[in-house]
Amino acid sequence: MAWRLRLAPEKTNINFFAYQWATFGGSMALMLLAFVIWGVMGLNFGIDFKGGTTMRTESTTVIDTGAYRQALSTLGLGDVAINEVFDPSFRSDQHVASIRISSADKTLAVTPEQLAAVEAALVKMDPALKVVSSETVGPKVSGELVSSSIIALTVTSLAIMAYLWLRFEWQFALGGVLALLHDVFITIGIFALFQLKFDLTIVAALLTILGYSINDTVVVFDRLRENLVKYKTMPLRDVMNLSVNETLSRTLMTSITTLIAVGAMLVLGGDVIRGFSFAIFVGILLGTYSSVYVAKNLVLFLGLDRSDKPRKTGKGADHEFANIDA
Amino acid sequence: MSLYTPLWKRLVIWGLVAIGVIMAVPNLFYTRVETRNDAAVAIEKSLKAGGAATPEQTSALDLWPSVMPSALVNLGLDLRGGAHLLAEVKLADVYKQRMNALWPEARDALKELRDTVGSVRREPSAPEELRISVSKPEGVQAALVKLQGLANNVVSLTGAGQKDIDVTLDGQVIVIALSPAEKLATDNRTMQQSLEIIRRRVDAAGTREPSIQRQGSDRIVIEVPGIGSAAELKAMIGTTAKLTFNQVLGRAADANTAPGAQKLVLPGNEPGEFYIVDENPVVTGEELTDAQPSFDQNNRPAVNFKFNVAGARKFGTYTGAHIGEPFAIVLDNKVISAPTIQSAITGGSGIITGNFSLEESTNLAVLLRAGALPAEMTFLEERTVGPELGQDSIDAGKIAALVGMGLVSLFMIASYGLFGSFAVVALVINMALIFGILSMIGGTLTLPGIAGIVLTIGMAVDANVLVYERIREELRTAHTPARAIEVGYERALSAIIDANFTTLITAVVLYFFGAGPVRGFAVALGIGIVTSVFTAIFVTRLLISAWFNWRKPKTLIV
Repeated sequence: MAWRLRLAPEKTNINFFAYQWATFGGSMALMLLAFVIWGVMGLNFGIDFKGGTTMRTESTTVIDTGAYRQALSTLGLGDVAINEVFDPSFRSDQHVASIRISSADKTLAVTPEQLAAVEAALVKMDPALKVVSSETVGPKVSGELVSSSIIALTVTSLAIMAYLWLRFEWQFALGGVLALLHDVFITIGIFALFQLKFDLTIVAALLTILGYSINDTVVVFDRLRENLVKYKTMPLRDVMNLSVNETLSRTLMTSITTLIAVGAMLVLGGDVIRGFSFAIFVGILLGTYSSVYVAKNLVLFLGLDRSDKPRKTGKGADHEFANIDA
Repeated sequence: MSLYTPLWKRLVIWGLVAIGVIMAVPNLFYTRVETRNDAAVAIEKSLKAGGAATPEQTSALDLWPSVMPSALVNLGLDLRGGAHLLAEVKLADVYKQRMNALWPEARDALKELRDTVGSVRREPSAPEELRISVSKPEGVQAALVKLQGLANNVVSLTGAGQKDIDVTLDGQVIVIALSPAEKLATDNRTMQQSLEIIRRRVDAAGTREPSIQRQGSDRIVIEVPGIGSAAELKAMIGTTAKLTFNQVLGRAADANTAPGAQKLVLPGNEPGEFYIVDENPVVTGEELTDAQPSFDQNNRPAVNFKFNVAGARKFGTYTGAHIGEPFAIVLDNKVISAPTIQSAITGGSGIITGNFSLEESTNLAVLLRAGALPAEMTFLEERTVGPELGQDSIDAGKIAALVGMGLVSLFMIASYGLFGSFAVVALVINMALIFGILSMIGGTLTLPGIAGIVLTIGMAVDANVLVYERIREELRTAHTPARAIEVGYERALSAIIDANFTTLITAVVLYFFGAGPVRGFAVALGIGIVTSVFTAIFVTRLLISAWFNWRKPKTLIV
């Protein structure tokens, strides 16, 4: 037998329900904790959701954020936050700062004149400085972006739930979506805890997590459905364990390949996209965990009707669309 | 026993792969193909204008063979650098203009009924309506009927059979407002005009691939790659260049003078110089047919203009009746000159002087020719990305993608041996297909889009993993190798489809939810899902069956 890298032994027989209270219960507790952190600490919203301006400056001279603050202090701006940005891909004489300006007036955007003044003040302080990007979002748009983000997340969750319901049973749909919410809320909780910048691309990342995380869950469910037909008398819990064990090698393989790819993006992809890569990275980790430890627990809890007799609604023994080979 | 795939199927699969790869090739020579494409566009333009191609342009054409496809993946603003603006058009401006234009018409109509209605007055009102009172209360009904006669049918598909204005009675005051159907039609017209004018102005500046799109009912997204900053872009399109000729009614000491109803106080060229002018212009810039930069008799830069027939008549009549009085040439709510009328100007042409530089007069002529924006715009969102930052992002993304792909390939080969290397071949083909399709549909690659492609690298092998794991299982249950491969592909299919379909749902939602970079991500992810299923199921299957039929192994190790 040729050598093969194995992430899981050929045949595993792990009881994934053994420490149910620690794994499933722990997950639920973590999810609640994420909610609390989110509620207490709030998210560090980027200008997409809060309105205001961000500027990215580059200079060959070393950055002294105090001097930056000094240069901007006389301009009568709202809140100004200045951060130095670090990234392994920067050249040795490339010093990048990110400046975030909230509008002094809550209802108005930072005006172009103010921006020009900011740029002039910065260049006066450091003639080598260049503004390499700037973004301004007015309060009207930022409000809309908040609501459209919430709508997008809800619509995606519902669409995925509807699809699962069509392809499997309603219990699977609920279990799958619970696993999704687990992944998304804990990711949001992590962003709140570390006060990482939360902007539109992070919402895109959350949406991607929704799609990715359900991917793993679906593969487990798919095997579960197959095994339910095969082992009609085996207790549901055992069929579930069997299904997860059978798919374990694949679940780990896929997670690792995806983590490798996203990890490369996280480390080498530059700081502009780092938040996005980070959210997806975390989401994939959580997604793998939740497809093994969260999704099926709810299904077990809700129970499945495994009887062969025709249902009251007149459907066949299996589910209506279950046999469609798409 | 061997694995059989019908010839036609094999041809179709390899054919699709070949097309995809060929379409992707130009992207490997990005700058070269881009130079060629730019030259081709420039040549076409100059040929249309009656000119000829320059030698540099002709030699640029040879940079890339013409038999090869030359479509490239567009780079988004965050990669190429450029400016993005989200503008909101103040649609209500147009309602106001319509009402102001309707007032003289209404007044004239009621003049015919002088005996029944008495004198007619315009009452102060909200800008989008016109309130008219008559001095004889008993004549109100007659006036109402007369004014209702002014209504026309709405010119639009959906509003057919409806009137353009609603004329109602509010106590003793007649209220005229645009009907909802007409408002809708007007809004659409205003948006169309705004889009067209912005497009012309941006095109005149000669920037590459600008994208100007309507968003929702009253918004316009403008994206121009390669431009220095959003402020520059705004200067290019934001100037309304609204030209009017108004009657001067007097002068004012400062901007805060209360001018009275239907009058405006506008600043002049000199500081502290203010004019009181009639709010309703005699002629507007919309009635211009031409405008050219020129010089006045003192050899200062000026702009020559020509009116259309209606404009010329109005202007002729007005100047004939007001000889010796000053009139104001108003540009964007500023009186740029207020000459005294020397004689009736009946020829329909004239000259605008002001303290212009040559550049300003040239720009003004361009703006006047392109026409004024029908309504004012406010900018809700502005983004500028410098070209250096974009290039840094491309470089970082490229490295990340290559490293990610290398590591995933190693991992696959370590895990599945020969079958793993088939998956790697499929992965490379998959990448080529993504770029091929993006080029074909003219898709835009953004920084999150690169991340989407990298993510696809990880996820693309998922389908292979599912199949290979399944084949392993089938081998354990003592199937023959050929049977195990067949059953493996067959049984894994359902999981593959389910898993990818859910991700496709997300990509679709992301596409509709996001704009710009996020949309680029959705497109990359969506295409990646489709191509990865194709390569993982069909391409690896062909590779494996070709190998299998060649080597005919007795046992199979996956």
